[in-house]
Amino acid sequence: MIEAVGLTKRYGDKTAVYNLSFQVRPGAVTGFLGPNGSGKSTTMRMILGLDNPSAGTVTIGGHPYGKLPNAPRQVGALLDAKAVHGGRSARNHLLSLAQLSGIPARRVDEVLGVVGLQEVAKRRSKGFSLGMGQRLGIAAALLGDPQVLLFDEPVNGLDPEGILWVRNLMKALAAEGRTVFVSSHLMSEMALTADHLIVIGRGQLLADMSVTDFISANSADFARVRTPGTEPQQREKLTSALTEAGGHVLPEPDGALRVTGLPLPRISDLAHEADVRLWELSPHRASLEEAYMRMTQGAVDYRSTIDQKAGLMQPLPPGAQPPVQVPGQGQPGWYAPPPPQQGGQPFAPPQPPAPGQAPYGGAPQPYGAPGAVNPYAQPVPPAPAQPSAAPAAPAAPAAPENSAPTKSEDAR
Amino acid sequence: MSTPQTPLPQAAPPAREAGAAAPYAGYTSPIPVVRTHLGHALASEWTKIRSVRSTMWTLGVFVLLVVGIGLLTGAIVANSGSDLSGDDDPLALGFFGVLLGSIAVITLGVLTTASEYGTGLIRTTATACPARGRFLVAKALIFFLVSFTVTLVSTVLVAVLQTAMLEGSSARQPTGGEWFKATVGVSLYIALLGLFSLLIGSVLRHSAGGITVMIGAVLAPLVIALFMATSSLEKVRTALFEYSIPNQLGVFYSSSLSDSGPSGWDPLWIMIGAVVVAFAGSWLLLEKRDV
Repeated sequence: MIEAVGLTKRYGDKTAVYNLSFQVRPGAVTGFLGPNGSGKSTTMRMILGLDNPSAGTVTIGGHPYGKLPNAPRQVGALLDAKAVHGGRSARNHLLSLAQLSGIPARRVDEVLGVVGLQEVAKRRSKGFSLGMGQRLGIAAALLGDPQVLLFDEPVNGLDPEGILWVRNLMKALAAEGRTVFVSSHLMSEMALTADHLIVIGRGQLLADMSVTDFISANSADFARVRTPGTEPQQREKLTSALTEAGGHVLPEPDGALRVTGLPLPRISDLAHEADVRLWELSPHRASLEEAYMRMTQGAVDYRSTIDQKAGLMQPLPPGAQPPVQVPGQGQPGWYAPPPPQQGGQPFAPPQPPAPGQAPYGGAPQPYGAPGAVNPYAQPVPPAPAQPSAAPAAPAAPAAPENSAPTKSEDAR
Repeated sequence: MSTPQTPLPQAAPPAREAGAAAPYAGYTSPIPVVRTHLGHALASEWTKIRSVRSTMWTLGVFVLLVVGIGLLTGAIVANSGSDLSGDDDPLALGFFGVLLGSIAVITLGVLTTASEYGTGLIRTTATACPARGRFLVAKALIFFLVSFTVTLVSTVLVAVLQTAMLEGSSARQPTGGEWFKATVGVSLYIALLGLFSLLIGSVLRHSAGGITVMIGAVLAPLVIALFMATSSLEKVRTALFEYSIPNQLGVFYSSSLSDSGPSGWDPLWIMIGAVVVAFAGSWLLLEKRDV
């Protein structure tokens, strides 16, 4: 259990973290999100006693980090994978850390096996790739077999196999009853890994809630309705019928309708009453990424320029309104698959064509202007998008299976 | 990892349910938790100092300089015949090698602490050992013992060889006290000088900066004094000469530049005082500063 109360850190006249209070509970993976420069790393450094807070306190299991007896046996941390002496071999680096907290040397070889670095254990870490360095950092965090783990950007530079491994590792660690606190900028990864979220912006707490709550609190779910493309008048008819019934209808560039404010069965009933055939009626739950973008758009310090190519902007397609209400407009396939466990319960069935777009592929919009039409976004044909969804979906069920060996390896 | 068995899909969910059922159960490691003390930090620092190449390089260069230059001067003096008068101590010939070699010890001292800052390792170390004073003490002790041992071995070696080389010449036989000063005394002084550099490295947290400052501290007083020709600066000049580190080192070989100034074991006491002050300063800064 990590508990921060009124945590504040000032560097000169710049306040990096201001009055931050939160709790990180055991038995769950808690994601720590925030834009660049929002104070995530500073907060983690204060948790570990590397920085002294200007005000407030942060405790682990009721004690400040510095007062913990044998701290590395209770808290393991990966702050910066580069925080090693490059001239020392991986094994010697871990050995020196193990000796510092009275951990038997046997454990060093164990964690080297856990992170898969046995082959290069004798090599100087100077020559390690980014991913290998990251694995070494994770090994150092696991070394003391601690009950509280902090990871700052753990999947940075890892290959897809490594990312999957880290995801399963986090879940396995949390399932053993440990406290896992992990910061990341990869929203799709967080959506798959985290149970709970703490979001900060400009050093202040923006949200402290479960992933499901966070998404529903910060985004609008909607239904996508598609009428036969051959008969435009049906679309008009349905639009007026839905609007009359109190729904809010937005046309999408590819001819579909985005409906909010009406439950799915009601939409179907209305279409039936209006005698309109439907080619698609699909529920859409916003992704963590979209919810996050909505929440933090006011708190982003370092933002890329909005649109340097405004002069090249294409005119909006006829009938399209400037869509400010619903973010993600103009990119039908934008949404990442919902989180595996909690997400998507209201609309359980696996989502048909649309959700496939690669989580990062369609990203320009949120990094530019949230809610604005991306002039370059072509309507994504649903078919080719599907394969990219496939690997993401099985990953969730696969997680517990793969975690079993990792867990047993680490449980000793 | 273990046998690549294909776990049944049903095998995993119970684990998660168990986690959900007792979310606050916590986790207890099967590895026994021990109370850490200075001994652990000493073991860790010993692993650290022996597992980097810079230790081998700097100490190798040190031994090479001390032994090499010592033998060279010994050979030259022995072959030139009656250079040494009866009053001269053959052990004094070891001075040049040790003076040059001290630069290598200074480098190693600064690197021992400052390289942790340069690489960022200090954050890992400070996380693994929140009692920061403890690893500073461990570093200081390990470094002192290593550099003292290495210096002692090389100075004894050089002293034995040089006296053997000059056996037949007119040089007198050094006394036991002179032997002790030229070996143990010099080794203590050099190790303390290196320790002082280590503490300076910890204060400055920058390798190149620390080495520059230390080499400057060793050489600058002598160089500055050389050009203080004015008589009104005479006193300053003498003080700079007498208390410059090369001259203090020379005191151990009874080959001081002047007759006044530090004598006997004075340089050692001065250096111990400097180390104590530097240690207090770097301890305070280490505890106070963010790493």
